[in-house]
Amino acid sequence: MPRTRLAGSLGELKRLARDPLLAAVVAAVLAALAVFIVYPLVSVALAALRPQGRWTLGVFKEIFSNAYLRQGFWNSLMMGGLTAVIGTAIGFLFAFAQTRADVPLKRLLHAVAIIPIVSPPFIGALAIIMLFGNNGLITWNLLRIQNFPIYGFRGLMIAQAITFFPVAYLTLRGVLESINPTLEDAAMDLGGSRLKVFMRVTLPLALPGIASSMLVLFIETLADFGNPLILAGSRFPILSVQAYLQITGMYDLPKGAALSLLLLAPSITAWVVQKYWVSRKRYVTITGKPTTSTVKIVSPGARVAVFVACLAVTAVIALIYVSIIWGAVVNVWGSDNTLTLRHFSYVFGVGFKAVRDTLVIAGLSTPVSGLLGMVIAFLVIRKAFPGRKFMEFTSMLSFAVPGTVIGIGYILAFNKPPLILTGTLLILLLNFIFRYVPVGIESGVAILRQIDPAIEEAAVDLGADAKTTFSRVTLPLIVPAYFSGLVFAFVRAMTAISAAIFLVSSRWNLMTVQIMAQVESGRLGAAAAFSVILVLIIFAAIFLIRTLLKLRYGRYGGSMLKF
Amino acid sequence: MSVRLQGVSKVFEDPSRPGGQLRAVDRVDLEVKEGEFVTFLGPSGCGKTTTLRIVSGFEAPTEGEVYIAGKRVNDIPPNKRDTSMVFQSYAIFPHMSVEQNVGFGLELKGRPKAEARDETRKIMEVMGLSSMAKRRPDQLSGGQQQRVALARAIVNKPSVLLFDEPLSNLDAKLRDQMRLEIRRIQQRFGITSIYVTHDQIEAMTVSDRILVMYEGKVMQLGTPFEIYSRPAKRFVADFIGRVNFFEAEGAAFDGEGVRARYRGAELRAASRNADCKEGEAVTIAVRPESLRLSPASAGEAGLLRGSIDKAVYLGAVVEYEIDAGLGRPIMAVSHDPVVTGFFKAGDAVSVSFPPEAAHAMAPEAPAEGA
Repeated sequence: MPRTRLAGSLGELKRLARDPLLAAVVAAVLAALAVFIVYPLVSVALAALRPQGRWTLGVFKEIFSNAYLRQGFWNSLMMGGLTAVIGTAIGFLFAFAQTRADVPLKRLLHAVAIIPIVSPPFIGALAIIMLFGNNGLITWNLLRIQNFPIYGFRGLMIAQAITFFPVAYLTLRGVLESINPTLEDAAMDLGGSRLKVFMRVTLPLALPGIASSMLVLFIETLADFGNPLILAGSRFPILSVQAYLQITGMYDLPKGAALSLLLLAPSITAWVVQKYWVSRKRYVTITGKPTTSTVKIVSPGARVAVFVACLAVTAVIALIYVSIIWGAVVNVWGSDNTLTLRHFSYVFGVGFKAVRDTLVIAGLSTPVSGLLGMVIAFLVIRKAFPGRKFMEFTSMLSFAVPGTVIGIGYILAFNKPPLILTGTLLILLLNFIFRYVPVGIESGVAILRQIDPAIEEAAVDLGADAKTTFSRVTLPLIVPAYFSGLVFAFVRAMTAISAAIFLVSSRWNLMTVQIMAQVESGRLGAAAAFSVILVLIIFAAIFLIRTLLKLRYGRYGGSMLKF
Repeated sequence: MSVRLQGVSKVFEDPSRPGGQLRAVDRVDLEVKEGEFVTFLGPSGCGKTTTLRIVSGFEAPTEGEVYIAGKRVNDIPPNKRDTSMVFQSYAIFPHMSVEQNVGFGLELKGRPKAEARDETRKIMEVMGLSSMAKRRPDQLSGGQQQRVALARAIVNKPSVLLFDEPLSNLDAKLRDQMRLEIRRIQQRFGITSIYVTHDQIEAMTVSDRILVMYEGKVMQLGTPFEIYSRPAKRFVADFIGRVNFFEAEGAAFDGEGVRARYRGAELRAASRNADCKEGEAVTIAVRPESLRLSPASAGEAGLLRGSIDKAVYLGAVVEYEIDAGLGRPIMAVSHDPVVTGFFKAGDAVSVSFPPEAAHAMAPEAPAEGA
């Protein structure tokens, strides 16, 4: 057995040698992944475990003997777990409303569930401060409560549930859509009541999707940085924020690195469980022919309940966005409601550089990241070569690595020879490219699975080499998916903060980091104006890409975008 | 051009099997002559598609040599081999028009544009595709897509044309029509062709010779007549059509033929395989349509007497299962029942056959699934 496996990889090597271009691409991608994903992670581990050139667990002992940091660890896990449950529940509600309950205003509800995805992830936190904070519109202006305790668990819980439920919605909508409604019809036909059919057929079939959604939400919440930075407050420590404060406030790199590693462990565990266990348990009932069910498993009463619940969530989200817009155009939030553009002129004066920098960084990194993702997807799905498993694992790893970890990793790894990059545009670009490469890979893999390998073989059979096959056959077929992946990667690059906050400098800054700075210095109006501009840029970019796709690829291209 | 396989094997790693390996192709030797049409026929999983992919270059043989036009091609990748394949799923490029699909191979070979266009048009004309040159593949029917796939392969004038179950996605009527068309095109251009199918009628219709495979091994290579009427092995006789085996003893050679004792009677077969031994047991194979049935009461000296166990009236033929106390029923078919009359279940019959319809083989353990 080992001998044949060895012979197998030898054969793969031999085949690779016959296609020098493929070999070169494989080698380059593997090297890049090693340098820009593995090396920074190793640097974090070394900083925490070998602070003075000697192996030690001292830093971790220190952390766990500190009640405050210990609390931070448990708080992070708890927030992750609770958001996973609550966010998935809301996501399921919306997905169920779309695919099963036949409620009115479906398109509006879909838009409501999508908007938080294309917004900066801390917009909820910002709005909550505006509504319930010390000068909060509701708490102070309406109810005259001073110092309402919104900082800490309560506020953060709401902000994160709102921020992350759309991820659950997208996952679960796909899952529910793939469950053939005739199964539910069959169960009803066999005499099941509606509730029984839901509990015994719909829910069990959706269970792997629900588990998967919970694990993803857990990972994302754990890694979330923006919401806790604004809302956690000092009495409710959160690990990602504490790691940041250790480094930027105390200049304690080993402790910051160790705290981020504590974040990494549960995150990677959840990811591995999701990727290698839960995602294999999916029930596929797709038959190729879309079937429409005539019998609905939702009773009229249940439909009203689902609709009302969706409307309630919609109201909360509407309140958030109205607050942000209102905050951006009034003179002083909460006390002076005269309309003004002064916040916008402030942003365009002081903050214009950040707007430009953000656009440059997102605009440059997104296409590169998307293309790299496509290339990796193609190599991993279609080619056999030594190191394929490594490539697949590492390239998807950045999905599971919290931004805080990778941000710390980058300052540790690229602050010393051979690669000194701190303070440059390049370090931000590289970080964004490798951080969002899983987005491109995922959409690439999804569409490659739909393309019959025989189509590529046919090109090879007709005389095309690897390069021609990829550029003339594979690429044109995956371009629509490439662009739709690109939109996601662009949005993420525009709204990124957790890793980037370690890497910005006076020369290259980001809007998200600027918004945080405005919040910290109490300029809520400016923060709101900044956020409005950011969201508008994102909408404009989505609209632009969508229009281009429609023009270029007709009706097929436009529909590839899921928004 | 000729194709030659010499001791070709393909071993896949398969941890679910004892030894961790699957020998998908097992020491296959074959020579396909210039202009010849050879079909690989066998049940699914017999290694026929893998063998075809070894010829095309998509699989590398674990052992053995592959020659095309006398040249060893083991190390030549598929894009450099002068073979063109028609895929089971057609593999039409969905983002190209019919004309672009057909002309893609010529374009890749860097042929001058005008010349490539002329040749593409000529082939589309031959294949009846001219009127849909600008259409997209998703606007074509299955049969039209099949034609595009075939046109795209032959426009390159390949040395060898390879077909991987090309008709399995078509409905029955279209399949009948397309297999005649494939044969016509192949004859017209005289291209050496290898065709993979599990459908024996398809194999009989298109082929000069048929290679019957089972579990990676060659069972027999021969003309459709030889495969059907002179099967080399029990497996071949059983896989192609239906057959009755009579296990006879004391074989005596009689020119090309054999006489042997069977249940007190003497059986005669006009042909025999080389592995039959004089004086020993032989298996005599007779196809159901060659058996003659007559009413037992007529007193005709038949080989066997039995009673009709089942009679299935199919219009053109009647199929019988006869219980002659052999443990397994004798299968017989009679044609044109309206004119010749037919038996009903329970009728006593005597069974005989002419020596020309019988073929003698060395006995062997019944093949799996037989």
